[in-house]
Amino acid sequence: MRVVGRKVERKEGRAKVTGAARYVDDLRMPGMLIGRTVRAPIACGELVGIKTELGGPGFTTVDFCDIPGKNVVSLIAEDQPCLVEREIRHAEEPVFLIAHESREALLEARVSLECRPGVPVFDPLASPRSFKDILIEKGDVAKGFAEAALIVEGEYRAGLQEHVSIEPNGVIAWPENGGIAVLGSLQCPYYVHRALMTLLALPPEKVRVCQAETGGGFGGKEEYPSMLAGHAALLALKSKRPVKIVYDREEEMAATTKRHPAIVRHRTGVAKDGRLVAQDIEVILDGGAYVTLSPVVLSRACIHAAGPYRCANVRIRGRAMFTNTVPNGAFRGFGAPQTQFAGEAHMDRIAEALGEDPVKLRETNALRPGDTTATGQRMHDDCSALEVLREAVKRTRFPEKRWKWKGTGRGIGLALFYHGAGFTGSGEVKLASKAALELTERGARILTGTTEMGQGQRTTHAQIVAEELGWPYEAIEVAEVDTARVPDSGPTVASRTCMIVGGILQACAKELKAKLGRLTPRAYLKRNGPLVVTKSYEHPGDVAWNDETYRGDAYGTFAWGCEVAELNVDPDTYEARLTKFTAVVEIGKAIHPVLAAGQVEGGAAQGIGYALLEEAILRDGRMANASMTNYIIPTTVDTPTIETVILERPYRHGPFGAKGVGELPVDGAAPAIVNALRHAGADIRRIPATPERIMEALCASR
Amino acid sequence: MRSAVAGLELLEPRSVNEALRMMRDRGPATPLAGATDLYVHLNSGTLKPRRFVNRWALDELRRIASKRDGLSIGALATFTDCLRSPLVRRRLPMLAAAAREVGGVQIQNRGTLGGNVANASPAGDALPVLAAAEALVVLRSTEGERRVPFSAFYTGYRSTVMRADELIVALEIPPVAGKQWFRKVGTRLAQAISKVVIAAVRDARPRIALGSVGPTVVRVPRTEEALASGASIEQARRILEAEIKPIDDIRSTAAYRRRVAGNLLACFWKETS
Ligand SMILES: Cc1cc2nc3c(=O)[nH]c(=O)nc-3n(C[C@H](O)[C@H](O)[C@H](O)COP(=O)(O)OP(=O)(O)OC[C@H]3O[C@@H](n4cnc5c(N)ncnc54)[C@H](O)[C@@H]3O)c2cc1C
Repeated sequence: MRVVGRKVERKEGRAKVTGAARYVDDLRMPGMLIGRTVRAPIACGELVGIKTELGGPGFTTVDFCDIPGKNVVSLIAEDQPCLVEREIRHAEEPVFLIAHESREALLEARVSLECRPGVPVFDPLASPRSFKDILIEKGDVAKGFAEAALIVEGEYRAGLQEHVSIEPNGVIAWPENGGIAVLGSLQCPYYVHRALMTLLALPPEKVRVCQAETGGGFGGKEEYPSMLAGHAALLALKSKRPVKIVYDREEEMAATTKRHPAIVRHRTGVAKDGRLVAQDIEVILDGGAYVTLSPVVLSRACIHAAGPYRCANVRIRGRAMFTNTVPNGAFRGFGAPQTQFAGEAHMDRIAEALGEDPVKLRETNALRPGDTTATGQRMHDDCSALEVLREAVKRTRFPEKRWKWKGTGRGIGLALFYHGAGFTGSGEVKLASKAALELTERGARILTGTTEMGQGQRTTHAQIVAEELGWPYEAIEVAEVDTARVPDSGPTVASRTCMIVGGILQACAKELKAKLGRLTPRAYLKRNGPLVVTKSYEHPGDVAWNDETYRGDAYGTFAWGCEVAELNVDPDTYEARLTKFTAVVEIGKAIHPVLAAGQVEGGAAQGIGYALLEEAILRDGRMANASMTNYIIPTTVDTPTIETVILERPYRHGPFGAKGVGELPVDGAAPAIVNALRHAGADIRRIPATPERIMEALCASR
Repeated sequence: MRSAVAGLELLEPRSVNEALRMMRDRGPATPLAGATDLYVHLNSGTLKPRRFVNRWALDELRRIASKRDGLSIGALATFTDCLRSPLVRRRLPMLAAAAREVGGVQIQNRGTLGGNVANASPAGDALPVLAAAEALVVLRSTEGERRVPFSAFYTGYRSTVMRADELIVALEIPPVAGKQWFRKVGTRLAQAISKVVIAAVRDARPRIALGSVGPTVVRVPRTEEALASGASIEQARRILEAEIKPIDDIRSTAAYRRRVAGNLLACFWKETS
């Protein structure tokens, strides 16, 4: 292949490197105001009154009464208000908006909220309300346990992780054409589009959403921009001027969505020879104060909970609980990192209980082509659990280190995992995404609603199209994302952009090529006028899912990973220091090998933070460490050398065989590290494994 | 940034004496050095002062010089100045070690020793070094100069004996005999605030100082006494763990700080023997 699989220059690379790329905070429009959000100071209660001392003229203020449509952030459920009316469900909940031309005046303005506190619920186990319950059943667990030679149980907990994309959330909204236009740092322009239609009671053509250059998302700009864009839009409509709201780091951390904390309980029956005969798993997610995306996060969490293993008898029960905390939402991995951390930490405890080698236990049970997952999904030839495992074991000389390091304070651990690419179940069918190609004088222009946020979407899409057309990479342009000009390609989430939207684009390219015949683009345009080819997602006939029974093909395919952590534990400070991290992934086809490796390294680093350092600490429902000083992400010094190995086993329905890669690498880091800690002597069942927790574990076992 | 800046005023003295006069006549005026601490408050909207005296250009305050076998370090000397100074490296290697662990390179280039001392955070990384070295804080106002022993400088959490019209002009460090030792345990390997930080001198009279285990940097006289009179390191460690008063906060726990402080004491003793 001439373009796919090559390290072409990324489309927006130069603009980013030279500083020419403009982010929301760089942009200024004539007459623009700056907006500020006044937020609830308590986690639960009622709003009684709002007192303002604005200190001068020129302010625009907005409360819920200014909302022309429905006071909701329209998502799965319509339970979350855009602005509090009376009931306060979480700290930092938006109540009141003010805007002014001068940032200084805005900062000096005083607004105080009078609230009557209620009785909050912070513990998901004590919560009376579940947003969603899921049950996955395969075989008969009771029968499985009856056959078991050994039963291993355990509870695992994962903490509250913040995205920390380098650019916080930000938007500009302005009145346009009797409606509203929004330019923002966002992942899902059509989510914002729909939310604004509902909030402002506007028809689709009166709402336009554009994406500005976006400095990272990780899920933090999946559903949240719908809220923020609503705020800016309300201020813009009332003031009749452009309004910009950009969060600072503190507001971004304290007020926006995070990764769901999880409690995962395992009870596993194992036969003498190490075969898993029963897996009974309970998943409890802390959903926060509103539904947002919790049901789908829970769904992915549960589907991945049994791990990449074959077991005849499985029961997975999941609940997403209401608590009086900032709603938890989308975050790279979307529930799978939590449950696979638990599952893989549990596997090493099973190996320990059996007195067996953790690699051997995984080899015995790893899914192979022809096997079925917990939902009954049958594995095809691109099921690569054994391949990634064996490659990782070989590369790291795992058995030797395992043996040599025992009892020395050094540790090596691994995790085997998989990640379903694309929306779960019938999600892609419901989305019915579209993408288009427009013929240009020099080649073609890609029109999609998917967004570049650093992951390389523009580049990989252009590669797929160029390859299919047999044209040079440079002949393919990518249109700016603007809902007035590009179709709804579904959200840029779920590791679906390259695999699903790239696939639709490949189909567009095929048709474009057929239409062109032997004509050059210029000749075609001259003879026939403009040409735009639009295609919709076509669901493969051999991928079937039943939403009622929760059985069938949860995903078109899975990407596979095995990650290995090598570390030592400082005997005096209990700090875990990673010395090496190895990630072996099987992703179908690396459309762009450097971008793919970048996803793996970045995901591993984010997973390392999740495993060892990162935890939002809530006090009375408010984040007590909402700063880069105290919410600890790893620096380069804390991140070891990461060796990335990419294996390719093409997915039959992916463009050039590609599967999703974005989320996969986050799934394995935490369990690999926790298993390395176990090898070094620390029994850790809760992440992050801070030195404080490692100390407790070491001192308890001594 | 959460502070309104239009109302802030910056005074630019050309000499130390002019700076001192400004602080006397136009007070309250807050002296500003590298601004690495002040800017954090400016950013979070918690900065109270409105008028500042910028002394960054006053090179006379930046000198690092030998003083009777000891050292005199100007208050404006940055962490980078300290760790590059052969004099500091030779006579007070534990200060160079501390400087190397402050923030990241940018902060080391901008953050000053005087600022670290005046800021009075119990987690200031240079403070245990100065405490163990028994430094003198040289304070100057228009009325004259006074020298305050480091152990008498802090009066409580973020409070000092320094008056509003006074500047720290230098830190004077008497000759330090004996092996010096420093260790910082931060929340990560760089850009980290200390959870426990310790500086110690192994001498006939051992001197041990710790940060982040109480409201101010502390010396631990009972532990020092025990070690001086030949107690075992295990005994000394138990005394230390009772002598310090760490707390639980968002960065760590009292239990961790106490145990790690004990472990580090043992490391110090072993590595300097
Ligand atoms: C990202 C980051 C990382 C950091 N990491 C560390 C770290 O690892 N370890 C650590 O100890 N600190 C750290 N700090 C804090 C800070 O850098 C240090 O405390 C530094 O020494 C402060 O010096 P400065 O010159 O910048 O002080 P400034 O911010 O200019 O002043 C701090 C305070 O001291 C007063 N002041 C300054 N100089 C004098 C003087 N000569 N006389 C009287 N008063 C004076 C000021 O009025 C102010 O109240 C960090 C800060 C940041 C932003």
